[in-house]
Amino acid sequence: MIQTKELSKTYSDTTVLTIDALDIPKGQSFGLVGNNGAGKTTYFSLLLDLIKPTTGSITNDEVVVSESEDWKPHTSAFIDESFLIGYLTPEEYFYFIGDLRGQNKADVDALTSQFEDFFNGEIIGKKKYLRDLSKGNQKKAGIVAALIGNPDVIILDEPFANLDPSTQIRLKGILKDLAETKGVTVLISSHDLMHVTDVCERIVVLEKGEVVKDLETNPTTLKELEAHFAGNLMISSEEE
Amino acid sequence: MIKHFISLEWKQYFRSSYWQKSIALNILLVFFALYFVAIFLGGGFILLKVLKKLFPDQDPFVVLNGFLFYWIIADLLIRFFLQKLPVMTVKPLLTLPVKRSTVVHFVLGKSALSFFNFLPLFAIIPFSIMAINDGFETSMVITWMFTMIIVVLVLNFLNFIIEAVSSDSEYSFLPLLLVVGSLYALNYFDIVSMTSIVGGLFQTVSNTPILILAPAAVLGICYAYNYKILKDKLYLDASLQSKVEEVKAADLSWTKRFGDIAPFMQLDLKLIWRNKRTKSMALLMIIGLLYGLFFYPQQIYREMEFMWAFIGIFSTGFFLINFGQFIPAWDSAYYKMLMSQNIKYEQYLRSKFILMVMSVVAMFVLGIPYVYFGWKILLAHFAAAVYNIGVNSHVILWGGSYNRKKIELDKKAAFNYQGTGAVQWLIGIPLMLVPMALFGLLNWLLGFEVAIGTLLILGVTGVVLHRRLMSFITSKYLDSKYKMIDAFSQDT
Repeated sequence: MIQTKELSKTYSDTTVLTIDALDIPKGQSFGLVGNNGAGKTTYFSLLLDLIKPTTGSITNDEVVVSESEDWKPHTSAFIDESFLIGYLTPEEYFYFIGDLRGQNKADVDALTSQFEDFFNGEIIGKKKYLRDLSKGNQKKAGIVAALIGNPDVIILDEPFANLDPSTQIRLKGILKDLAETKGVTVLISSHDLMHVTDVCERIVVLEKGEVVKDLETNPTTLKELEAHFAGNLMISSEEE
Repeated sequence: MIKHFISLEWKQYFRSSYWQKSIALNILLVFFALYFVAIFLGGGFILLKVLKKLFPDQDPFVVLNGFLFYWIIADLLIRFFLQKLPVMTVKPLLTLPVKRSTVVHFVLGKSALSFFNFLPLFAIIPFSIMAINDGFETSMVITWMFTMIIVVLVLNFLNFIIEAVSSDSEYSFLPLLLVVGSLYALNYFDIVSMTSIVGGLFQTVSNTPILILAPAAVLGICYAYNYKILKDKLYLDASLQSKVEEVKAADLSWTKRFGDIAPFMQLDLKLIWRNKRTKSMALLMIIGLLYGLFFYPQQIYREMEFMWAFIGIFSTGFFLINFGQFIPAWDSAYYKMLMSQNIKYEQYLRSKFILMVMSVVAMFVLGIPYVYFGWKILLAHFAAAVYNIGVNSHVILWGGSYNRKKIELDKKAAFNYQGTGAVQWLIGIPLMLVPMALFGLLNWLLGFEVAIGTLLILGVTGVVLHRRLMSFITSKYLDSKYKMIDAFSQDT
């Protein structure tokens, strides 16, 4: 589904991302972990053609993302709050996204009604603008908006941050369901190793812009990841 | 502490992407500033002679003091629209061991250094020097000079009080216009002679130096009141957790007839109606509509035919210019999202285009009563409206592709002055002066019909070439996509 070839991104002299090859097959739930500055958000921004790659390319369903816009109909994303339109109510925002993705009001209503649990009664019918919602509720609205229009690829940056524990658990259920039963390719990044290992079939560790580990998730993965990041700590404390 | 603040301000200014990308505009602003300084300086030196010549039997100070009422009113109006309270990023400071009072004093102190306060000094001081040289009593002149300086500062702080009050109300500038208008009317119809009251006050203070304490006390009160307002605002819950507005939903289903651009039109209409910044702009359209009434009642202006084109362009294109120049910055907060959505840029731009065209048509129709001043004026307005639709709308959309300045819509109006100010007015100049010059020149050389015809032809040509122009403009936007995303995601 998504192929990355010889991709790199350089700002003046600093290379922030270099990925020689990374293939994500259709229907895979893919997790990206790494410390701050490892290049997770940069990779997602390149994937969404929000920044220009210095070299190489990303292909999304045979479409090179920086050359054509044909990947947009089947791809959706929620990166941060800047994806929300503050002066709309959540419903209006969902309908707007629905309009852009060829869904009528009934389609959108049908979809959002599945998430009543997830919303916990704090989003729909509250007569509040998105800008007046709390960070966590904004995030919920953004994540659900990314599910509108049956996209084949869903990209979520740090979806678990800012959410309360119950919502985190519900979100894990939603994401697993998408990849397993609906064949959606889900890409998430997270700092929370436990959540990623719960949700993702495959986990890639980025470090200073490079892929250092590429793991199929199995019962020992969490231990392995913890050892890896703890090891980093040991090394860096030795360096000091 | 103040030292740290100054260094923060310095860095904020010179490290903003806006500064780095628009040096040309900054240079232009500096030239404007120098121009005004020169005018005031010149005025200050010759004013005494002029007054003596025009009013040979009167004391020039009495004459000048008589005019001060008009100066105060004009100054307040100009300040209200152009001068803004300096913004300081206070949120990161609140949890640091910095006294709130220090922050407030710094912000207020910084405002005293505004260009608007220095400009009058360039006239006041030379005038005083000339007066002393001319043999006026030194102590009187000096007192007068300091009174003027204090009054300038009073106006400075009074303006911020007015702004703070008006930013809390729905109709931001209307109360001020009402107060200033009624003061002016009281004076104009000789009900209360404001000019002689204000003049008399200045006269009394100048003659009894000890009374200078009175304006100084007023200054102190204004400062203290500002201090109080600002200090109350320095709590997170005041500026961040603004009161939650009830949603006002309107039925926008009529936009459906515009087909595939309907979602964007609905979004734009909500944008305008639900954000303070855009809402006050929409209310300003009333002024744009009535603009002609400032000129046409006077015979002189009615006979200046080139003014017709200018007023026509301005009043029918008021929304076009004010809304258009911030395309696509209105959407800067969520621009990333739009760019990752399945949208056609051309639809996005066409929605804004249609909105602007509708506003031009509406403003023209509402302005039809101008026919009272002569059918030729209405004809000129019609030509100007067509020119706005065909030419200015495309020009301003094209200009938007060079827009690199973010606007934060969801900030409260009190701290939301990005993009407004002198710059905003500068951008409007080419859009209005070009058709005005063209009209004036052709009217003078070849006659009224040719001038009207030319504006009409240019406008119609623009409409005919609409599709081509739009695809050119769209390609410009696509070219600068990454730059815009980058600039809009930076904090200004």
